[in-house]
Amino acid sequence: MNHSLLLTVLTFLPVLGAALLLGMDGEDKKMSRRFSIGFSLLPLICLGLIWRQFDSGMQGLQFVERHAWIPSLGVEYFVGIDGLGFLMLLLSAIVVPFALVATPKEIANPRLYFALFLFLQTGLFGTFTALNFFHWFIFWEISLIPAFFLIKLWGGPQRTKAAYQFFVYTMLGSVTLLLAFLALFAATGTLDFIRLSELTHSGELVSAIGAKLTWSKLSPNGLVMLIFFGALLGFAVKVPLIPFHTWLPTAYTEAPSSTSMVLTGVMSKMGVYGFLRILLPIFPEQLRAVLTPLLWLAVATIVLSAYAAFAQKDLKRIVAYSSINHLGYCLLGLFAAVKFSSPGLINEKAAALNGVILQMFNHGVTASALFCFVGFIEQRSGGLRGLNDFGGLRKLAPVFCGLMGITVFSSLGLPGLNGFVGEFLIFKGTFSLAAWAASLSTIGLLVTAIFLLTMLQRVFTGPVNKRWSTWTDLTTAERLTVLPMIAIMFVVGIFPQVLLSFINPTVMQIIQQFK
Amino acid sequence: MSWITKNLWLIPILPLLAAALISVCKQPRRRTAATLAIGSMVFSFLLSCCAFATTLHSEHGGFREVANFDWFSFGTTTLRLGWVLDPLTACMLVMVTFVGTLIFIYSIGYMAHDENFTRFFCFLALFAAAMLGILIANNLLLLFISWELVGLASYLLIGFWFHKPSAAAAAKKAFITTRIGDIGFFIGILWLYSSTGTLLFYDNGAGCLESSALTKLVTETTFAGMAVSTAIAILIFCGAIGKSGQVPLHVWLPDAMEGPTPVSALIHAATMVAAGVFLVARVYPLMEVTAPGLPSVSTALQVVTWIGAITAVFAALIAVAQNDIKRILAYSTVSQLGFMMMGLGMGGVAVGMFHLITHAFFKSLLFLGAGSIIHGCHEEQDIRHMGGLKKYMPLTFATYAIGMMALSGVPFFFSGFWSKDEILHSAFTWQVSKIPFYLAAFGALLTAFYMTRQICYAFFGSYRGHKHPHESPRVMTVPLVLLAIGAIVLGVFGTPAWPAFETYLSGHDAEFDVAKLLRGETLSVMLISICIVAVGIFAAWQLYGRKPVKTADQPDPLEAVNGNVYRWLANRLYIDEFYDATVIRLNAAFAYSADLLDRVLWGGAVRAASLVTLAFAHINRTIDDLFINFGFDESCHNIRRSSGFLSKLQDGQIQNYLRGIGVALATLVLFLIWGCR
Repeated sequence: MNHSLLLTVLTFLPVLGAALLLGMDGEDKKMSRRFSIGFSLLPLICLGLIWRQFDSGMQGLQFVERHAWIPSLGVEYFVGIDGLGFLMLLLSAIVVPFALVATPKEIANPRLYFALFLFLQTGLFGTFTALNFFHWFIFWEISLIPAFFLIKLWGGPQRTKAAYQFFVYTMLGSVTLLLAFLALFAATGTLDFIRLSELTHSGELVSAIGAKLTWSKLSPNGLVMLIFFGALLGFAVKVPLIPFHTWLPTAYTEAPSSTSMVLTGVMSKMGVYGFLRILLPIFPEQLRAVLTPLLWLAVATIVLSAYAAFAQKDLKRIVAYSSINHLGYCLLGLFAAVKFSSPGLINEKAAALNGVILQMFNHGVTASALFCFVGFIEQRSGGLRGLNDFGGLRKLAPVFCGLMGITVFSSLGLPGLNGFVGEFLIFKGTFSLAAWAASLSTIGLLVTAIFLLTMLQRVFTGPVNKRWSTWTDLTTAERLTVLPMIAIMFVVGIFPQVLLSFINPTVMQIIQQFK
Repeated sequence: MSWITKNLWLIPILPLLAAALISVCKQPRRRTAATLAIGSMVFSFLLSCCAFATTLHSEHGGFREVANFDWFSFGTTTLRLGWVLDPLTACMLVMVTFVGTLIFIYSIGYMAHDENFTRFFCFLALFAAAMLGILIANNLLLLFISWELVGLASYLLIGFWFHKPSAAAAAKKAFITTRIGDIGFFIGILWLYSSTGTLLFYDNGAGCLESSALTKLVTETTFAGMAVSTAIAILIFCGAIGKSGQVPLHVWLPDAMEGPTPVSALIHAATMVAAGVFLVARVYPLMEVTAPGLPSVSTALQVVTWIGAITAVFAALIAVAQNDIKRILAYSTVSQLGFMMMGLGMGGVAVGMFHLITHAFFKSLLFLGAGSIIHGCHEEQDIRHMGGLKKYMPLTFATYAIGMMALSGVPFFFSGFWSKDEILHSAFTWQVSKIPFYLAAFGALLTAFYMTRQICYAFFGSYRGHKHPHESPRVMTVPLVLLAIGAIVLGVFGTPAWPAFETYLSGHDAEFDVAKLLRGETLSVMLISICIVAVGIFAAWQLYGRKPVKTADQPDPLEAVNGNVYRWLANRLYIDEFYDATVIRLNAAFAYSADLLDRVLWGGAVRAASLVTLAFAHINRTIDDLFINFGFDESCHNIRRSSGFLSKLQDGQIQNYLRGIGVALATLVLFLIWGCR
């Protein structure tokens, strides 16, 4: 265990940047843009340091910092990362600068916009490092606030409705989550994730709840189940799992594209992260008890959202639904992995969970790049982004089409690019554990190909739409913006071991936990 | 391990590097692009020849060397990929690199005036890399990866002229239709992986095609008592159905002719579509395995045979009534792929693969010939607008005729005769059913018929087009000649007298024995086959050759024989319309209902919840207003009133205070008096 302050520094760097940015005088647009991009890159340097010191072969937490905070309430400042946390930090540190760079130059009130972005980044970092519910929840909620204002102030015509729906819906989930943890605290006196999972493991959790809490005529097991549902709802909304997803298409569509990039790239991972960090270790039995309906919901999420994407006429809505679809695979693999409590089938469970975490990273990269491209289209068309508004753009913008094409193929899981490896691992694990769910979900793979290729066809091929005869190809700056992401797609697709070596020890630990 | 096995990966990597280099080089560098692509293919061809030569030195049981490596690890296992060198790989490598090189060279001439010349070579090289990857893969997953990449290359090349909406639609159709089959293939891979724990084909006894894994698969049963091996084999075959354009997923292949003609020759005739056949041949041990004690033909192979037989006849029928020169060849390809599947199903790897190799030569010859015709007739593809071309394009005519005779199965001097004869022979002796034999015979008859029809339309009679036709340049005709030589010579290796190909694949030495030719069964099948071809050619010559059509809008002679049948065939038996009305519409309906579900049910629930919340808030506010606020307001009002009254008392006038004190004093006195009494 090393006691460096790296994680704390990392977490609070962006908020420092935001404060400095707001404190600067003048309305120099270029200056605030450069400053915030520079500042958002600092965490990458921190992560570089962490990467060098990170022992990828080790199970368990690293870079732990632990200080008493409010002892009477069991509140500690407790942060640390394992492979999962590291990968999510890396993703946040990549996607946020990417989104900042992709933000259009002519955006209104850039200082506030960029400051909110940096603020959001702190929320994300905090969520992925905190190990005590108290400040984890603060970060979890705090990341909502900048997101709300980013949608509300810079969004499309329906922004107000979208922002409120987004905020209220996620807040509802958070409330039940909070209630669940208050109940846990009342019973056990701790808010520490690690401690709670140890209590579960030793069977003390149920007995503690039975001893301390009574409600109506529920048995201790029933009570734990109720608490579990509270937590489940919080995460199911965030991921989202059908039928708790309706906030997502509207929010992603109405948000400015660079915000959508972060919403889909990183914030959507918070839900899956919650499942892996909190639900799996603390409530494995409860999860298993309702597994069959959950698996069906995951299949429904995959298939229905793919079909819904096929029916959309707005590029952003298509990508938004495809995002739900891709996170559906994460949940599928996750649920399949908990299905059996027996110690056997380790490699199948490991395949599924490795796939889930890799898919989280891959989807973050690919979906944010897709939103970035849609944003580029919007900037050129003056806000138009209907599926049928374009046509023949490939002739005018071959590089645009080529790079977006690579992203689209990464999204539909073409081997050689990142999407394939994650999906293959998920399906490999799920097929051995829940063959029917895996087989039915393959429909999602097919429909994804259909709607994504239809999108490419409508936008880029056919005769050139006269209206866009002055369409320009990607500028050098835009190319430089997306090239790192494209490079990541290739590297992860060809050498997945780079990331899997971080993921696998964490996965093995999770599997041991829910024996 | 021999050095060639160690370096086998170079064969696909060279074209891949070429593709990468071309993609970063600037648009006008045409010469560089062509040189890179062709150079890499030539090197791959040379390496393939080395590989081929190595596999010729076989000891007992055939040559096989594998090289495996780790890709990534998860849990406690590692996923290993690898490549394999055996006769099956080697012969395919030589064929693909040889035909590929010729088609690359031909493309220089064919695509000379295209503005996207460099991109074309980039995609071609990418395709070649992926295709060669399929061939050397020693892991079903690596094969699948390459398989998907050839699908991508095919998508890019069919949609090469993307400004044509039909080309863009055809590209999408091809990718999606083959992906339907690939979904089955994918599930098959998952199943195989979860049952055997490995996807390596050969791994010193631990591979999934080796006896221990196969015994395990064949003894386990799944639903309806089916052996797991059968289920997996059929699922893998689904992929082959999609890629090789078998019924019912054949619809994409004719549309794929929207791509440039060299692409049709390379991808949609010689190599990629044959990948499905190769896949079946590669996993043949899995396909043919049956439970001990059941000597019959495995269920999977029966499925392969029937699908192949149906496809062979079905596509040949449609080919009879098409007018687009490339579409005729496309349906012919579908039909011939059916023949190959039949060969695999009934005769074994050698029979199917031999037809694959000979077909690759004569079909790419025919396609390139068609390309030469199209080029010479100024982009005209309709055979009704051709005619009399033998005068204008003698070299194309001669080579095309050789291709046609090889495809039709004209006896003795053409490779197609021998390879088709083997299929007919194995169908004749198949123990399960005789019907595939009749279907194959009928298919062969139709093949001879439609090829003769096509040749009559294009080369005989008088020219019915407008622009003056011309012979193609040397860069295009030389590959034709080389392929024509291949179409003739290759037959030598597969005659019953000297079955060199078969023995090469199985690792024995071939013996020359003329007597085998004259055995009763062999001879009778050969005679039947000769009769079939003769009847087919004769019938077509009667209809089309003796009285060639005069004008382009004259009805087809066959239409005069039976108009209804002709219309059905000309409209491709309305299969596309049928799919439009069923699968496509169903899919759209699903999409519509998923969207509706979202907006009405889930969205409605959320809206209802928000309405309920709002209503509750309103009620709350009303209650507040009516009761709580009312009471509060009233009391406030009272307090205000009373304090107003109190403040009036303190008005600062001394006399009023004194008056008050006086009254109070008097009252006090009176009270005290009253109290003391």
